[in-house]
Amino acid sequence: MCGIAGLIHKGKSANVGSEMTAMLQALKHRGPDSTGYAVYGEPTEGDYVMRLKVAEAEDMGRGRGVHKLIETRIADVEEIMEEAGAKVKSREAVTEYALRYVLTHEGNTGDMAKSIEEVDGVEILSMGNGLELIKDLGDATVVSEMYGLMDFKGTHGIGHTRMATESDVDIKSAHPYWAFPYNDVSVVHNGQITNYWIMRREMERKGHRFMSNCDSELLAVYTAHNLSNGISLEDSLRQSIDEIDGVFTYLVATKDQLGMAKDTMAAKPLVLYESDDLIAMASEEVAIRAILPEEIDTTDPYDEEVRVWQA
Amino acid sequence: MASMTDDDLKQMSQDERAKALGMTTEQLTGKSLYIEFDPEASERYTYPWSHDVDFNKRTEIDTDTLSTTEMNSAIRDRMKEGYGTIVLKNPRGKHSLGVGILNKLNLIVEGSCGYFGVGLIDGPNVRITGRVGWSCGENMMAGTVVIEKNAGSTFGAAMRGGDLVCRGSVGSRTGIDQKGGTIIVGGDTGALSGFMMQRGRMVVCGNAGKNLGDSMYDGTIFVGGEIRSLGVDAIEAELTDLDRQWLTRKLTQYGLMPDKGVDHFTKVVAGKQLWNYDNLEPSEKKLIL
Repeated sequence: MCGIAGLIHKGKSANVGSEMTAMLQALKHRGPDSTGYAVYGEPTEGDYVMRLKVAEAEDMGRGRGVHKLIETRIADVEEIMEEAGAKVKSREAVTEYALRYVLTHEGNTGDMAKSIEEVDGVEILSMGNGLELIKDLGDATVVSEMYGLMDFKGTHGIGHTRMATESDVDIKSAHPYWAFPYNDVSVVHNGQITNYWIMRREMERKGHRFMSNCDSELLAVYTAHNLSNGISLEDSLRQSIDEIDGVFTYLVATKDQLGMAKDTMAAKPLVLYESDDLIAMASEEVAIRAILPEEIDTTDPYDEEVRVWQA
Repeated sequence: MASMTDDDLKQMSQDERAKALGMTTEQLTGKSLYIEFDPEASERYTYPWSHDVDFNKRTEIDTDTLSTTEMNSAIRDRMKEGYGTIVLKNPRGKHSLGVGILNKLNLIVEGSCGYFGVGLIDGPNVRITGRVGWSCGENMMAGTVVIEKNAGSTFGAAMRGGDLVCRGSVGSRTGIDQKGGTIIVGGDTGALSGFMMQRGRMVVCGNAGKNLGDSMYDGTIFVGGEIRSLGVDAIEAELTDLDRQWLTRKLTQYGLMPDKGVDHFTKVVAGKQLWNYDNLEPSEKKLIL
């Protein structure tokens, strides 16, 4: 059934990493297979943060050969970055298969991202000035501690606890999805998309790439497609209610916005808390209460409801 | 049955044939309205194994660190000790709180509940000062539940009896598959409310979302505000004097009586053009005819 959560602080930074961890840990019962975070720090103009994985977690048990393979893949990635004119300011290997680069790059990062993903087994999880996208197998606390997220400061974030129903238990099928190659845009989704293959083929014909068979990835690609055509986030969310079939509630985050959309049946839950300085939402109220233990007023958005908040 | 011949069956009316074959052609039209509402009647049913509790004996349970099972066990333990008023503190959106209580009891929840709050209850009076999540009061049999803030979707799903009241707004599919009792919403309700409703009454003081009463078999829905759209086979009906009396009584009882009275309420009932309990399946018809 999956659990989704999101929060946005208006006009200030807060400890988004630990807040999102607490929220997603409270939703563990909705999906224990994998957990993912897309958190947004203060945007650094000029510097890009790129997170990528060069293998799946399960590949690590496949003998010595895999370590060599990973080294080759990383070397290939760094060669491509150098050729594309990117300057690596720092490289951090969070796990053997997940890396974080801070880099400067003049020109189109999308073209570079496409070249990097031509390396077999490599997937860019996110790229942007503020976005850090982390996803791995395990519950919220395990993933958060593995990637050192507890001290992360930022303005907003979205997250997901996954119960795998339609595709495999691996990192490539875990949420959030980065809206490749659109910087700083990420998506989490709870539901089923029933016109997935029709829409996927339409998007593929338009030149978009899919890395997994997970229906939720479609929402990221769909959003990226709309944004690249100059459609606003709010209009994209609204349009999706007509164009995407199925039952869904999904959240989209950009550099400075957080949006939500609910399908025409309102079949997937979302509880919303709004105050002057914080907006928090989750599949269940218990997640919001993990960061706001005091008595609060919450509401359920209705069918076809679309909302967008500014950081 | 065994001694009945085909000739016997042929001589019977369709109604008699259906009964003889163990089927029913009960006519439900309007029945619930008159049987369920009797101003003189009161519900005083208790289970033989129920605990004898004293409403004047009050106790508090801090649910902060308790699991769902521990919370619900604690409620039962206190009832065994004779406590008739139990206050739950710090529920903080926990799920399945107070389910399956088949006893008279005053249960006060100081805070908000998560999913399936007070489902399957038969008898207690519950007051929740916060909000409730999805499926509050699902399948409740009797008693009174009053929620001060908002409620989630499928509020009172498959409910069979009692009063389920939310002073705020509720989510979608309110009273889906409702089989009896009364649901009262002070604010608005979402899409597909009263979907497949079978009996009972629902009152929405605010607006109702699209497809209200879709595929309802029976029962009555009253809406004080605007109805975005009616569902398949849901039709508007005329508000009768009995409806007005009933609405006035119920809304006054829960402090939700609008200043302008109840005349503006729209009454929605089943058109009964779709499949209905009164009809037989084609295969059954073939058997009889």
